[in-house]
Amino acid sequence: MDLTTGTRERGNAGTRQATSVLSIPELDACVHCGLCLNHCPTYRVTSLEPESPRGRIHLVQAASQGRIEPNERFGEHIYLCLMCRACETACPAGVQYGRIAEAAREVLGPPGSPFARAVQMFAFRRLLPSLRRLRWVAVGLRLYQRSGLAVLVRPLLPRRLREMEAMLPQVPDRFFSPKAEVLPAIGPRRARVGVLSGCVMSVLFADVNEATVRVLRRNGCEVVIPNAQGCCGALNVHNGETVAAKAMARRNIDIFLGSGVDAVIVNAAGCGATMKEYGHLLHDDPAYKEKAEQFGRLTKDAAEFLAELGVVPPQGRVDLTVTYQDPCHLAHGQRVRTQPRILLASIPGLRLVEMDGSDRCCGSAGIYNITHPEMSQTVLSEKMRMVDHTGAQAVVAPNPGCMLQLRFGGKKFGPNVPVYHLMDLLDKAYGNAGTGERGNEETI
Amino acid sequence: MGITVSLHSELREALGEKYVLVEPEDVIVYERDGSIIQVMPEVVALPADTAQVAAVVRAAKRANVPIVPRGSGTGLAGGAVPAEGGVVVSLARMNRILEVDPRNRTALLEAGVINLDVTKAAASHGLFYAPDPSSQAACSIGGNVANNSGGPHTLAYGVTTNHVLGVEVVLDDGQVVWLGGAVPDTPGYDLCGVFVGSEGTVGIVTKALVRLMRTREAVQTLLAVFDRMDAATQSVVEITGRGIIPAALEMMDKVTIEAVEMGSSLGYPKGAEAVLLVEVEGVREHCDRAVALVREICEQTGARQVKVAQDAAERQRLWKGRKEAFGSMGRLAPHYYVQDGVVPRSRLPEIMREVAAISTRFGLRIANVFHAGDGNLHPNILFDMRTPGELDRVIEASDAILRACVAAGGSITGEHGVGLEKRNSITLLFSQQDLDAMAKVRKAFDPDGRFNPAKVFPTPITCAEMRLVPAKIPAGLWI
Repeated sequence: MDLTTGTRERGNAGTRQATSVLSIPELDACVHCGLCLNHCPTYRVTSLEPESPRGRIHLVQAASQGRIEPNERFGEHIYLCLMCRACETACPAGVQYGRIAEAAREVLGPPGSPFARAVQMFAFRRLLPSLRRLRWVAVGLRLYQRSGLAVLVRPLLPRRLREMEAMLPQVPDRFFSPKAEVLPAIGPRRARVGVLSGCVMSVLFADVNEATVRVLRRNGCEVVIPNAQGCCGALNVHNGETVAAKAMARRNIDIFLGSGVDAVIVNAAGCGATMKEYGHLLHDDPAYKEKAEQFGRLTKDAAEFLAELGVVPPQGRVDLTVTYQDPCHLAHGQRVRTQPRILLASIPGLRLVEMDGSDRCCGSAGIYNITHPEMSQTVLSEKMRMVDHTGAQAVVAPNPGCMLQLRFGGKKFGPNVPVYHLMDLLDKAYGNAGTGERGNEETI
Repeated sequence: MGITVSLHSELREALGEKYVLVEPEDVIVYERDGSIIQVMPEVVALPADTAQVAAVVRAAKRANVPIVPRGSGTGLAGGAVPAEGGVVVSLARMNRILEVDPRNRTALLEAGVINLDVTKAAASHGLFYAPDPSSQAACSIGGNVANNSGGPHTLAYGVTTNHVLGVEVVLDDGQVVWLGGAVPDTPGYDLCGVFVGSEGTVGIVTKALVRLMRTREAVQTLLAVFDRMDAATQSVVEITGRGIIPAALEMMDKVTIEAVEMGSSLGYPKGAEAVLLVEVEGVREHCDRAVALVREICEQTGARQVKVAQDAAERQRLWKGRKEAFGSMGRLAPHYYVQDGVVPRSRLPEIMREVAAISTRFGLRIANVFHAGDGNLHPNILFDMRTPGELDRVIEASDAILRACVAAGGSITGEHGVGLEKRNSITLLFSQQDLDAMAKVRKAFDPDGRFNPAKVFPTPITCAEMRLVPAKIPAGLWI
């Protein structure tokens, strides 16, 4: 299958086809009560109802009835949404807003200028499905950043590209490449688990992936990291690309279900939320629907899994005052809120100071910080103000997008404090145990 | 057309391009509030301050088009629906809390401030804002003033009008004036009182000076469980009859409990015919005594179980269920229609029997969740608009309920307002002379009838004609 073909021009899906794709049962559950409004980051910033969940649902409804066209203006409202799904937490009727917005995005295709759309389609259909190609791009980016080329090029870029360039993360020296596909549990075996390496996680956060594997092993997990696995497809689904996304989902389902694991562990909230919803993504694929649902049930966020398994209390101390950012796709997408806090509380010496609105989006939202830098940074500056109020020495945010965004926010708006993944801190705590053996230096 | 174009450009000049919406993909979002009636506005204007509101009013007057104020659009009677087109003025951007004055226990608010944000801002001073509609996490102070909103806790503390000391308003010629003021009982006519509950028909409220109350020392929440609705309603009559005024006295029936507990388990007993949620507040000694009395009364009237919430978390869970009850109806049926009738408390047992009889007669499922202490009913009629003829039966059933309320000495609305939805039912309560007198008051403020036309007063057009129903519109009505 050639994944680059089939790029749709905006609106050429035709109104009739659009109305049928958009007529989804989820729309019926919205009773228009408005309780979502104040929970929506873009409504809070703009005070405009077309930029609210209820407003967007109404727009999709109107388009599904053929009362308005799913045109460019419609697309702007649908794509200004961060997809944080805070509205789903607020909704008393249980409206699945994410599915409504994803259906609209499927009709629209990716956002932006024709060039931006082509770049995204290339990324979604050529790069993300292949970790090998993704790594080559990362190597190129690393060269650009290290060779001094970046310093030369930066001043020449137009303002908008310069802003986007500033959002690019520093590519570290090494990628995640475990020595073996199966790593034994430390101590008595309590479970056999698969670990998703992830696209962004394996390229930019090899250290967090390694920490996650070490923590799981110290909790009695035999860890399986299949080489043939790939990106979960979350970025595709959120940006209106479902063709490649479905192929990526099928691949991961086959590989992990075939590896005989008790759970598939994810340390990136956005990936976890998407993988738990593979059943919905593949609902019209009779060969995979059931397997996808089974896979969804096996998928667990690392914190969720460890808290349910009963975390082995770390013996080492981490003397640090932290505040916790609930990743949207963990708190709202997966309803995982208490488990990360249970794990934080298990670390001796660590003190948690809650920030106001910890479950409000930081503005990262996948590639949103690149497609909508202005809104992203407005949301981020407010988030950093809340971080500042806590006086915490560090922020814990168990999701790669949030980590990158909060680090950027610390530099741009302050306070410039370190941002950790929850697994980093647990790993440090195990490593700091009095044995002298530092767990976080042990390679995997 | 020429007028429209000049109106648009005048509004853009005053408010800026971004805050004047005219494209269908923008304005369509403002065609509805929390009710099931929808009419597309021609223009939506979002002023940033009072001066901009005045500019919008002047521009609309020059263009001779109606003005429809809108807060958060959570209203249930179509009050924010632009029935005759014109300019919808959203006050959403005017959401600044200008002052919290703990010594005088007041807060100065812009009209778009969210109700719950007032209590959040006052909490550090040990104060709160009492009127608490179930939509308080979303609804605006301006909307509360327009509808004279109530809420579960207004049984003890009174409704919005008891908490508004003064309002800043924009009159029909664009003049800005303050009515009422920082001291209670200003001399002369109570013109502030004219604005409270006027549903946007006399001008636009841009600021409100509201009263704050001292947070009570102690609070206790009881849940009384009943196997018979009659016993539950009789308990309400007994509790208030013995001179106990709880801070809140709410009822939920079997169907409502089912809807609420479908979402998440909040501690309501499935299968019970009715529960009473009773909250008492005050000094600690008073609370203990009131709890004992309420328990005794409920047990005497036949409660199966009376339990007291053990901690703040349990209390919050119970209230979460109550406040989200209306939204939860989406879990039971694609559509629901809520009425807002009122009866004297002593007539509660018979009116609830009547509601049950109407449910059977029309073959419609009804979920009851309401402010029992105030005698303010909220029967939610569950239905599916796509079933032919069902909506007509719903309207008939709801009319029958309102007539029963009026016959029992009550009213057609407790707190949702008249709006578009009940403007023809208002004749159940008022004679033509009454309505003429009210129209004169309105005309004194709004001689052209420009502010929120087609609301409150009866017109020959029936609601059925207003309801522009494409195949599927989820009905949304709740308090």
